Order: sequence, then C-alpha cells, then structure tokens
Amino acid sequence: MSYDLLTFIWFVLLGVLLCGYTILDGFDLGVGILHPFLAKDDRERRLVMNSIGPLWDGNEVWLVTFGGALFAAFPVAYATVFSSFYTAFYLLLTCLIGRAVSLEFRSKVHSKPWRKFWDVGFFLSSFTAAFLLGVAGGNTMAGMELGPKYLYEGNLLSQIYWYPLLVGCLTVSLFALHGAIYLYLKTEDELQARVRRAITPLLYAFATLYIIVTIATWAHVPHATENIAAYPILWIVPALNVLAIMNIPRAMHLGKPAYAFFTSSMVILALASLFSVAVFPNFMRSTIDPAYNVTLENARSSAGTLKTMLVIALIGMPCVISYTVIIYWIFRGKVKLDSNSY
Amino acid sequence: MMDVEILSRIQFAGTIMFHYLFPPLSIGLGLQLFLCELAFFRTRNPAWEAAARFWTRVFAVNFAMGVSTGIVMEFEFGTNWAVYSRFVGDVFGSALAAEGIFAFFLESGFLAVLVFGWDRVGPGMHLFSTLMVFLGSMFSAVWIVVANSWQQTPAGYHIVWHDVQGEMMPRAEVTDFWAMVFNPSSVDRLTHTLIGALVLGAFFVASVCSYYLLKNRHEEVARRCLSIALPTALLFTIAAAMTGHHSAQQLVDTQPAKLAAMEAHFKTTEDPTGLYLFGWPDTKNEKVHFGVKLPYLLSLMVYNDPMKPVPGMDKIPDDERPPIWLPFQTFHLMVGLGTLMIGVSGFACLSWYRNTFGKQRWLLWAIVCMPVAAMTANQAGWITAEVGRQPWIVYPSVQDGVQMMGLRTADGLSESVTAEQVLSSIILFGIIYSLLFAVWVFVLNNKIQHGPESSEELTEYKRKRHAQTMADKFRQSSGSHGGDMMEDENV
Repeated sequence: MSYDLLTFIWFVLLGVLLCGYTILDGFDLGVGILHPFLAKDDRERRLVMNSIGPLWDGNEVWLVTFGGALFAAFPVAYATVFSSFYTAFYLLLTCLIGRAVSLEFRSKVHSKPWRKFWDVGFFLSSFTAAFLLGVAGGNTMAGMELGPKYLYEGNLLSQIYWYPLLVGCLTVSLFALHGAIYLYLKTEDELQARVRRAITPLLYAFATLYIIVTIATWAHVPHATENIAAYPILWIVPALNVLAIMNIPRAMHLGKPAYAFFTSSMVILALASLFSVAVFPNFMRSTIDPAYNVTLENARSSAGTLKTMLVIALIGMPCVISYTVIIYWIFRGKVKLDSNSY
Repeated sequence: MMDVEILSRIQFAGTIMFHYLFPPLSIGLGLQLFLCELAFFRTRNPAWEAAARFWTRVFAVNFAMGVSTGIVMEFEFGTNWAVYSRFVGDVFGSALAAEGIFAFFLESGFLAVLVFGWDRVGPGMHLFSTLMVFLGSMFSAVWIVVANSWQQTPAGYHIVWHDVQGEMMPRAEVTDFWAMVFNPSSVDRLTHTLIGALVLGAFFVASVCSYYLLKNRHEEVARRCLSIALPTALLFTIAAAMTGHHSAQQLVDTQPAKLAAMEAHFKTTEDPTGLYLFGWPDTKNEKVHFGVKLPYLLSLMVYNDPMKPVPGMDKIPDDERPPIWLPFQTFHLMVGLGTLMIGVSGFACLSWYRNTFGKQRWLLWAIVCMPVAAMTANQAGWITAEVGRQPWIVYPSVQDGVQMMGLRTADGLSESVTAEQVLSSIILFGIIYSLLFAVWVFVLNNKIQHGPESSEELTEYKRKRHAQTMADKFRQSSGSHGGDMMEDENV
C-alpha cells in the first residue's frame, strides 16, 4: 500500500470518527440545549437527562479517539490546531467537564437550588460546546493566520468574527434539531407533544441558517468550492445534504420519527463531508501564505505508524461497533426512571 | 510575569495530579465491585447484590470525574506542548489512539450497563459488563503507562530529520512497534502502577466498611465486603513492595540520574553505598542533613550485592541533573506509607483470622485512614517518576549502539502560546477543579452516609419494580393509544 494511499485512508478514517462524534454527541448536546425549554418539572428534567444517561459517555469517546488518532496519524496537525485554538479549546474542555458533572451530580441531592445550579450548568455547557465546535469549524474553513514553521500568529479575538460565529449558530441549531428528534423518540405523553411542537420551528431556524451560511461561504471563502469545481461528481454531497434536510419534515409527517432521526444523522454526515471536501488536502489553511498551510502531506506520521494504526483500527473498530450496537439495543425504547437513574 | 515554561509545567502537573486522584480508585474499585458481583452471582445472596449496587453508585461518581478530567489531558499535549507533540506524535500518538479504541470504548460502553442496567439485564450479563469495565480501565492504564514509559526509556525508534520550510527538524519515528511497547521499563512500571491502584481500591472498600462497623451500621454488608477487601489489600500491598523493588532496580541501567536523586546519592565512592531512611537533602552543598543511613543497603537493593558501589549524581553532567529534594522526599514517603500499609493490612488480616476484628477500635480507625495513605503513595510515586526524569521530556537513549537525541522539557513547549493564555487556563481550571473536588467529596460522603440498602429494602424494591413492568406491558398490549407511532406499527 503506498504512503499516499495510507495518508488518504487516515484522512477518511478521521472523518469517520469526527462524523461519529457529531452525530452521536450531537443529540446529547442538543438535548442539553433544549432541556430548560421543554422540561417543565423535576420529573420531566430527569426524564430528559436520562434519555442520554447511559449513552453520552460512550458518545464522547468518539471525540477522545479522534484526538488520539489525529495525534498519531497527523501529529503536526494535532499540535498546530490545538495550540492555535488554545483559549477556545480550554473553554470547550470546560464545557465537556461541565456537562459530565452536571449530569452526574444533579440528582444526587434533594435540594432545589442544587438542582437549579446543575440544570443551568447542563444548558450552558451544552450550548457553548456546540457553539465552539461550530466556531472552530468556521475558522478552519476560512483559514487562519498561520506563519512559518506552523506558528500561529493570531489570537482568540481574530477567531471571533462574523463568519465563524455564523457557523457556530448553524451547529447549535443543527444539534438542537437533532436532539429534539431524538427526544421525541425517547419520550411519551405530554412531554413528547411539547417536543413535537418544537421540531418545526427548529427545522425552520436550521434551514434558514443553512442558506445564510451557504451564501456567506460562497462570498467569504472562495476556495471552499475549488474541489467541487475540479471534480463535479462531488456536487452529489451538497445535493444529498439538501435532500436530507427536506426529508426531515417528510419523515415526521409520515409519523416515522426513527426515520427522521436517521435523516438528521445523514444531514450531519453530509455537512461533515462537505466540510472535508472543502478543506482537503489541508488541515489548516494559512491566510498569510499558502506555503504555510498544514497539509495532509506535511502533517502525516511515518508510513510505518500509519500502517500499524490501520491494523489497530481494523481490530478495534469491529469490536467498538458491535458493543455500541449492544448498548443501544439494551437501552432501546422509552426512557423510564428507576433507582439507578440520574 | 512568570514565563511560559514554568506556567506550563505547573499546569501540566496540576491537571494530571488532579486527574490521577480518580483513575486508580476506578481501577481498584472495579476489582472489588467485580468480586462482590461474582459472589452474588454464585450465592444469589441479596446482601451481596446490595453491596454491589452500593459500590456501583460510588464507582459511577468517581468514574465521571476520571473521564471528564482525563479528556483535558489528552488535548493538553497539543495545546501546551506542540513542539513535543510534533517530535513524538509518531510514537506517543499511536499509544494514545490505541487507548481510545481498545480501552475507552469498552469501559464507557459497558459502564452504561453497569450503572443503568441493574433492572434491565440479567445477573450474568451484568457481571460480564462489570468485568468489561474493569478490564477497560486496566487496558487504559496499560496504554498510557506504555506511552509514559517510552518517554522514560525510549526504544524501537529512530530519529528522522524533516525539512520544515527551510529548517531541518527532528522527529522520533517508530521502527519496531513491539519494542516501543515493551520498552525496558514498561512492564515494571505498569505492574507497579496497576497494583498501586488495586491497593487503593481495596483500602477504600475496607475503610468505608470499617467506618460502618465503628458506627454499627450496615454490618452485614460491611462484613461481607471486608472479607474480600482485607485479604486483597494485604496481597496487593506486598506485591506493590515487590514490583517497586523491581522498578527501582532497572533504574541503575536506564535512568541512573533518577536513582541518584531518589536516594540523594551525590558522590560515587569506592565503598558500598548505604540507604537513607530519611533526611533533608541540600543540593547546593551536596549533603543530606538529619539523614539516617543504613550501610550496604542500597548496593544490596540495586545489585543484589552489598559490596558493589552505586553510581552517584557526580556521574551525571551538570545540566542533566534532576531536582533532588522532591524525588527524595516523595520516594521515601511512598516507601514509608507502603510499609505502614503492609503493617496495617497484616494486622487486620490476622485479627480477621482470629475472629477479633471489630473489637479493636484503633485498628478500625487505622483502616478508615488508609485510603489517604494509599492515595498519597500513588501520587508520591508519580511525582518521583516524573520529577526524577527531568530535565528530559523524552530521555536520551542508546539504540543499537547509537546515542539518540532526547528532548528537553523546556524545548517541548508550544511556541505560539503566551504566558497570559497559560495563566488564564490555570486560573480557570483551578477554580473548576476546586469546585469539582468539593462537590466530589460532598457527593461521595452523601453516598457513604446513606450506605447500601438492606436485603429487605432491595427485595421490596424489586417486587414493586416487577409489578410496575407487568402493568406497563399490559397497558401497551391492550390499548391502541398511549404508545407512539412506531410501536403501533408493530402491534
């Protein structure tokens, strides 16, 4: 197997891990964003939290493994991306910690202010995490002030301007929509009816932002369409994306929420693919000089490591997928509270 | 304003020490939990189930802390140590990725069944899930200790120079994966670390149960758990001493500077080398104040030969010497606490064997305090290992007779990160971690004060639960309303 092919395979595998993360943790974060608006009393809040209770931890592992795999397969990209996004990244880590402990600690004590505190923590950390992921994605799309020898010359303030903020709003609305469809699947009765009423406005909000971001990308990030222009077959990605978005209301109308959930997962998959197509073959594009780009070629590890890692992935991934399926199967059906619940 | 290097060191040491409070407890509790469940599986005694359910709740609180603080560690290499990450990504990254794929998915997946699955899966599946979570946390330790050991005693790699926009930069690349994994210190350090974790778990369970005996609460469950925790505590404290000895012995070949620092052994002499029991090393005057030294002992410990002198710090070039005071004190603290733990668990087992356990209140109180000793010993060992290898982040080593370059900690920093950024992350995480620590102690104390259910309460809960499930099934099968559309299609 050639070195270049190995490199490309690892680019795709990282994409798979990132998609896995955004699809799975996407609904967790969405549930966190929606929970103060949809759940009316303590029992409903617990129901909403326990809908993701057994799953969020495993979902987050996709991000952790993505980090490890990026470190191993493209160490230069790992080092450059994380040191450039230093402050933003520490905020994201704060949010992930905040979400984990809000879930874990909230229902451990019977006290109103205690529970209120962790409820607010759960919402804020979920919302900010989703937003920051989008901001990071927006900056990566648009390019950053990367100088010679992978040295980042900008700062947090140069990462916060209208375009990444807009992409941040898009991810928040996408995760909220995805989370709402998931909640619809897991809840019953009155709470479910409330969730159902939220889906349509969320869909409109997402679709509007999607159109705005598409136009903004066209105007602000001209290189984003270069790959599509060079390989017209890639038009299939945005086309599928639009079809998937339109399929969500259809599936809900047909009364097939599981199908709708599958569709919104496909929307995330298509968006992530669109992102990959737009940045390929770079990890980070320099706005100072294209010679300073962090590319697949200058960021990769040795052929030996890529090969070893592929063996590790080929042994590990089937195991991971099989027990993920088992766990989701065990916790299928409507969420119920028992003595082990949060 | 402090500089980026010292701030980054403080930040890394702080975040990793805080993180390292939780994983050893998770690993150690994992084994105790598994043994409780195994006992329940074989005897079907509800007291064992009550015990297992109780330890699961304690385990879950601890596990969540471990996971959420661990994710910080994984990304910190990239954020704060970018140059280091580029240098070792080829090696260190693959171990980290293997940890994700082989360990994290396993433990997080089956953790769901362990914590939330009590009323959903049978005892066999639950026992299996507990085992998987325990194994997952062990695998996680395996890969992370392998990665760390490679930095201490690198093997199976070569240095390749890459042209980065006109400047040549070095990078360590793997030539032999298994030589990298089984580097000279991996196995010794791994067994010692894992056993340290198992000691902590055993003492934690023994401590909580002894507390219940002192307060005359939950005595049935407490006695059962003690029958597991006390012998395992004795077994693992003895094993810790043995593996620790092994681990120290290999240092004379791989990291003589660390060994010299641990023993404050400044000058090499012709005579056999003695061992300090305690003391106050003074690096400037190369002396140990208030030191009590046993002659011949260090030579004997290191070489199994009381007459052979051990090389001292004077064999190490000036600019490659680690700090001495801290490794010396933490190493002696760890050994001292280890001896104390062997003594206490030995006494406890003897007392248990003679059936007088519970009557000697001083012994119960001593056991109540032991988790603090075990936790301190774990942290102290880690400090010895990490401070003792300075100033190197990757130790220079000899591969096939060729001297390889190492990487100094000072040279591994992220160049684009400023002192203000690091300082603000320290403050942010200082606040968050202090808050978390307070909440963790509070919730853990809450759980322990509440204690396990009695066998009767548990039986009553299960009876009610069963009735409710039957009612639900009946409701779903009888009416066309109430369920959702998916279920309607299936009816």
